[in-house]
Amino acid sequence: MEPVIKIENVGKKYFLSHHTKDKYLTLRDMISDGMKAIFGKQQGKSTNLSEEFWALKDVSFEIHKGDRIGIIGRNGAGKSTLLKILSRITEPTTGKITINGNIASLLEVGTGFHPELSGRENIFLNGAILGMSKTEIESKFDEIVAFAEIERFLDTPVKRYSSGMYVRLAFSIAAHLEPDILIIDEVLAVGDATFQKKCLGKIEEVSGHGRTVLFVSHNMETVTRLCNKAGLLKAGSVQAVGNTEDVINTYMRSDFGTTARRSWATDAKKPGDETVNLLEVRVHDKDFKTEETYDITRPVGISMDYEVLNDGDVFTHSFNFFNEQGINIFNVHDTVSEIRNKPRSKGIYTTTMWIPGNMLAEGIVIVGVAIIKIEPFKIYFHEMDVVSFNVTDEIRGDSARGHYVLGFPGAVRPLLQWQTIKK
Amino acid sequence: MENRIIIEPGAKRKNYWWDLWNFRGLFYFLAWRDVIVRYKQAVIGIAWSVVKPLLTIIIFIVLGKLLHTATPPGVPRAILVCTAILPWQFFSTAFSESSNSLLANSNLLTKVYFPRLIVPASTIIVSLIDFLTSLGILFLFMIYYRYMPGWNLILLPVFLLQATMISMGAGIYIAALNVKYRDFKFLVPFIVQFGLYISPVAFSSDYVYQSVKIPEAVKYIYSLNPMVGVIDGFRWCILGGKTNLYLPGFLLSIVVCILSLILGIWYFRKVEKSFADVI
Repeated sequence: MEPVIKIENVGKKYFLSHHTKDKYLTLRDMISDGMKAIFGKQQGKSTNLSEEFWALKDVSFEIHKGDRIGIIGRNGAGKSTLLKILSRITEPTTGKITINGNIASLLEVGTGFHPELSGRENIFLNGAILGMSKTEIESKFDEIVAFAEIERFLDTPVKRYSSGMYVRLAFSIAAHLEPDILIIDEVLAVGDATFQKKCLGKIEEVSGHGRTVLFVSHNMETVTRLCNKAGLLKAGSVQAVGNTEDVINTYMRSDFGTTARRSWATDAKKPGDETVNLLEVRVHDKDFKTEETYDITRPVGISMDYEVLNDGDVFTHSFNFFNEQGINIFNVHDTVSEIRNKPRSKGIYTTTMWIPGNMLAEGIVIVGVAIIKIEPFKIYFHEMDVVSFNVTDEIRGDSARGHYVLGFPGAVRPLLQWQTIKK
Repeated sequence: MENRIIIEPGAKRKNYWWDLWNFRGLFYFLAWRDVIVRYKQAVIGIAWSVVKPLLTIIIFIVLGKLLHTATPPGVPRAILVCTAILPWQFFSTAFSESSNSLLANSNLLTKVYFPRLIVPASTIIVSLIDFLTSLGILFLFMIYYRYMPGWNLILLPVFLLQATMISMGAGIYIAALNVKYRDFKFLVPFIVQFGLYISPVAFSSDYVYQSVKIPEAVKYIYSLNPMVGVIDGFRWCILGGKTNLYLPGFLLSIVVCILSLILGIWYFRKVEKSFADVI
């Protein structure tokens, strides 16, 4: 079957200019550069300091009808550039894209909304901007208003709307587009909970009708939930395309340089000093099976193998946990195990620590490990970004989010005790 | 599939004009937005579009009276002033608004696709509506002074078209330049102000063309200003045969108008693909 979108060797080059802080050229710059070029010849030097930068390079992949594909990658990986090219806002420098069917893109919610105009007027304006015809807007008008739940405020200028109403209206217009291909850039991360749920339902409905959805997000959980396929971009090129879970695992490996297991056992140079050397770190489930993805309700074990080279030292263990955004979620020192207070004898040790289920938030967790002495303080080794794993939530209702389906912020997600008493 | 889009670098859009036609709805809505937004929250609202030109007209009437400038026999000064002020104001607002339009709508340019020409073109519509309103003032003056225009009046749309062409041509050219070089933002008010002095708003072209002191070459340079042709044309239409239409000058200004429109569209199309990257 012919793909809906066929991307072949697409590249986009930007020029980064270093000689001016100003983003815009002015005639003065042009004139002075021109003069420099003329007089520069005498000095035999070029003053051209602009630098090429490929935001996308050799990007090729295909999207088929009915696919819900999530584009992931770090900031600056080229996700937004790709969307802008697909939306025809900007032109590629190289390559070719063939799109079969009409395309609508939502790079922002409420593009072109005018604060002075009423809700009614903005529906027509925004609809036209998104590519709807007047008759199309008229026929869907009541549906849009009902979906946005703004009936009473239809003739109020949108500048008087609450931000929630504003977003509801904007999304509602967009959700009533009927393109063959819908491009969405993280616009879901807005609005109140019930409305978000409605939006998500609407998008699933859209793709259910054989439409294709292309979704760009930083949020692994939304991508996992919404998309059946994913594409990974890194520094402007495609690293992987395929099943969402596989691509997210690849993302963890390639972008954070870590897997669920990391070994130095055969390395000549191991982290550590003359007393202790790090041999291996593993992330595993309760049966000690090394895995990369964990359901949010399951406990996660971290095991560290190390070798003690001298007798007699006393030290303890320490782990650091970071999320994808680089936030230090928490740190732990081993203040529990018996051995931490005892002088060690030579040999190989394994230390295991357990993170209970329902404690970490969804997403990627990156682990750092250390062996330290508290009193007097000494670090034997401290390795960052050693292993990583992915926490997912299937939303069965047994995690802290309950049945809530959308973005659920927070670095940790403990399941806590609640009590309500009627007075 | 019925609808195939191919995105390639430097692809000449074969259906450029067809695309533009398909987006006429957006063109209409952008113009409509600008019209209704402008006077929102203004107490007298749309009346401002009458008050603004009216005040200018009054100033020019007073100024003309004080300086004792000549009026053609049988032509009330108010009507004489209108014939120049109305087209000039149309040009100055259409030109200023359209040259600033891309910057003013930069959020649209970076977020959605549509033929970019729609943006400056829709601002012309707004100025055109203003012009038609102010034309009402002229007709009120005509009724007040019981002034009967001649058959020439039916040619007024020709000169209006000419004025539209020059404001749009210059407007889209400057709009495109403005995206990259912000200098033009400062240049536009200057052009508009300076243009007022070299166009026959406060004087009559007859003085220039009939003067023996002014060399022929200067007269040609004078006619290169397309607004000379437009204003003279308006005078000729509204005042009947009471002023002269200097034909070589008029033809020259038509050529200039057409060239400026072609040049404007050519440059705009050349650079419009990079708007989102540089704006």
